[in-house]
Amino acid sequence: MTAIVANSHQERWWNSRTAHRFMNHHLALLGMVMIAVLTLACVLGPYLLPYDSLYIDLRARFAPPFTGHHYLGTDPLGRDLAARLFMAGRISLLVGFSAMLLSTLIGTLVGVIAGYRGGWLGTTLMRTVDGFLSFPSIFLVLALAAALKPSPMMITVVIAATSWMEVARIVEAEVRSLREREFVLAGRMLGLSGTHIMFREILPNAIGPIIVAATLTVARAILMEAYISFLGYGIQPPLPSWGNMLNGAQQYLGTAPWLAIIPGAAITIAVTSFNFIGDGLRDALDVRGDHT
Amino acid sequence: MRGFLLNRLSQSLVLLLIVSVIGFVVLNLIPGGPLAQFGLDPSMTQDDLDRLKEQLGLNRPLWMQYLDWAWRLVQGDWGHSFRDGAPVLDVIGRHLVATLLLMGSSTVIAIAIGTWIGIRGATHRYSIFDYLATVGAMVALSIPTFWFGLVGIYVFSLRLGWLPAGNMYTIGDGSALNYLHHLIMPSIVLALVHVAIWSRYMRTATLDVISQEFVKTARAKGLSERRILMKHVVGNALLPMITLAGMQLPSVLTGALVTETVFTWPGMGRLFLDSLGYSDYPVVMGLLMFSAILVVLCNLIADIVVAIIDPRIRLS
Repeated sequence: MTAIVANSHQERWWNSRTAHRFMNHHLALLGMVMIAVLTLACVLGPYLLPYDSLYIDLRARFAPPFTGHHYLGTDPLGRDLAARLFMAGRISLLVGFSAMLLSTLIGTLVGVIAGYRGGWLGTTLMRTVDGFLSFPSIFLVLALAAALKPSPMMITVVIAATSWMEVARIVEAEVRSLREREFVLAGRMLGLSGTHIMFREILPNAIGPIIVAATLTVARAILMEAYISFLGYGIQPPLPSWGNMLNGAQQYLGTAPWLAIIPGAAITIAVTSFNFIGDGLRDALDVRGDHT
Repeated sequence: MRGFLLNRLSQSLVLLLIVSVIGFVVLNLIPGGPLAQFGLDPSMTQDDLDRLKEQLGLNRPLWMQYLDWAWRLVQGDWGHSFRDGAPVLDVIGRHLVATLLLMGSSTVIAIAIGTWIGIRGATHRYSIFDYLATVGAMVALSIPTFWFGLVGIYVFSLRLGWLPAGNMYTIGDGSALNYLHHLIMPSIVLALVHVAIWSRYMRTATLDVISQEFVKTARAKGLSERRILMKHVVGNALLPMITLAGMQLPSVLTGALVTETVFTWPGMGRLFLDSLGYSDYPVVMGLLMFSAILVVLCNLIADIVVAIIDPRIRLS
């Protein structure tokens, strides 16, 4: 009861218990700060650096970090690594975020319909979810990415198309448990349409788990983009992404280790941050954990 | 028990059916469809392609093509590699052992370390160890496997020179020790993520068991904590882990693909990438279907094993 009072419109959301619990979660705060810094750096960084991310300078090839104004060194074509890192961050974060939006949308739709309608439609949808989960995701993503045109848009769609199942499962379970509650019966008695009950009455009650799953999906999407771009089937050069900056870095590991270490560290920091935030949200929104 | 088995078996069959439909859709999304491999051949004209389509029945309705394709799949006719004409199943078979070796050793590492961390985290709840394990697991889940591999190669192969940077063995030296030496780094790299997952689940499972009545009874009988843990807690906590091991298989396979690429390990993941590079779609499709079938079967086996061990299911 207190939770409902605290969340009512009388008080501002930043005074709510949920907000307090989130703020008390140190790791989640750390994650928020790191994401903010990283995003700002990626947005503003390229304007502040003296080099363009695509400017090739063969005299400055393989410069180690802190050579002149090349703060993070240069790559095999003499391009400034810092500028490339920030430009790549824009792509990687954007792909991760868009893939999350799309996959959450698909997952929510499938989950709500399967959970509310049930019956043969629900069974078919949920068995399809199981079917998708039986494929090692990278095999599916690579096969699709290799077959389709690898534009950032297409990569986003392919990642979303193979990462919506988790959300679908969560939403389905949530909706199924809410379906028989009094407020739904009341809605049905009032003659509200199925769509209205599904999306306006039931779905808002499942928003907590969806937000948590969506946050963790950003982390997973960034990782997946990194995997496929590293393997050469994701974002294509000259467009940089954190993953494709690492593509080819292995052959220079002995002479220019910073080429591999720096972009990988950026990926790890971004993904860790989103995982921290997701964990904090799970505690704050009181979503039962599944620890994945 | 019998009802459970039949139920589980029919579920797996339905799942295989759905998996095959997804696979068939992917196959047809590839530009040129099943004939994509010949579209690249300059000695094939469009007329030839059309004639082949007619001959192979590729202009029939999709559902008929699907039935045909699925039937051949069941019979073990998975097509032939575009690269060397060998049957797809033979090609996969040649690379299977290397992948199983890598996956097996990394699973052993993940279970051993993860179980220990999980139990210790549960028995020393909210201690520094528990806190570090929790944070550590989240970080471990965030590290890209291939990057962890690259850093490992940089430190242990290039800087320290302790471990080989890749391959499964040194040419001319086929001793077991040599294989083991090459296996250490890839299996640890592949295990990292799974140590994290395994330890989190093990912690939860152990906490669940610890709070149960029979543990209180054991404690009331005056058994030592150590004996309670070993005899009553660990066994019961490990039971749901068998199911988890089955569920983790797709992500182990995903990790194996990346690890094999970094360490030039001659397994299925490496084969998959090589085949993609050659547009060898029969092998790509074969691996896609093979891995999914493997996952479905392993989950089935895991459930059956649990059913045999767990008296609640066995005796029902």
